[in-house]
Amino acid sequence: MVLIQVFLVFTIIAALIAVEAPSTLSSIISLGAVGFGLSIAFLWLGAPDIAITQVVVEIITLVILIRATIGKGVTDIKGNESKPMLIGSLILFGLGSAFFANYLGAFPEFGKTAMDTFSEPASQFYLKFGLDKAGGANIVNDILLDFRAYDTLGEATVLFAAILGAITLLQKKVFFEGKGE
Amino acid sequence: MNGMSRIVKTVSRWVAPFIIAFGIYIALTGHLTPGGGFPGGVIIAGCFILLTLAYGKDRVKKIIGVGSAEIVDSLASLSFLCMGLLGYVFGGSFLSNFIQAGFPGNPFGLLSGGNMPIINLAIGFKVGGSLFVVFAFLALFRAIEED
Repeated sequence: MVLIQVFLVFTIIAALIAVEAPSTLSSIISLGAVGFGLSIAFLWLGAPDIAITQVVVEIITLVILIRATIGKGVTDIKGNESKPMLIGSLILFGLGSAFFANYLGAFPEFGKTAMDTFSEPASQFYLKFGLDKAGGANIVNDILLDFRAYDTLGEATVLFAAILGAITLLQKKVFFEGKGE
Repeated sequence: MNGMSRIVKTVSRWVAPFIIAFGIYIALTGHLTPGGGFPGGVIIAGCFILLTLAYGKDRVKKIIGVGSAEIVDSLASLSFLCMGLLGYVFGGSFLSNFIQAGFPGNPFGLLSGGNMPIINLAIGFKVGGSLFVVFAFLALFRAIEED
């Protein structure tokens, strides 16, 4: 359990580097490190389905991001923070940390859900009746495609709408510029 | 963008069928082993992205075409919806697992889970097609911007 916390700290550090990195390529690469650290955490917690999805999506996202961003003009935002802003944000950060530390003890142990503290958790229903009612041996897919198929349909719809919007926006530009050739 | 060296082209040409087969396998056996439609679809899209990077977009556009990927994307979404509507007709409620209720296959077999394998394959082709479309459009977009 200590090792997984090391991985999580590594993920957080990689995320901070991704935000603060000077060049686009290094922030994209540290974004990939965030994704792979998360997938190892998923694997550790006994969720191989999500770990597979995380790894594969991470690879594709890296390729798409590098293909789409490298070589374009990158605008640098130069910070001109004044001292009162810095002091104010430090005070807010301290207050937030104090509140977080106050409630840290109320969290269940890492890897265990809050539902496990009850005697009859609702999640046991899926484990008991998953094979009979849905018929699949993989309980994750039983839930995704049978008990909660409506959510999956909504997910697919969101993906479809997002891609429709992207195509519409990009096609306009492509066609306008393409006529000049 | 005329593609990469001959080594990359040859290796990716040999590896591509295996990647597609693996993606379809992950999507098809999602109800038995870890995996499912989404990772399978992303693997299929990754194969086409590999081919695009290796051979250059012009040749891939000639063979596969962005339009056919859009058609696959839309057809897969429609088949998912049709499975839901068929559940309404045969099972009484939207997206109900009517095949499992009518003909329950033996557990742990490939033909089990009712309409779950069908929906998994539909999601796989949907995700694969849509991710490839996004990549192709971004590549096209950037190529024109560079000119």
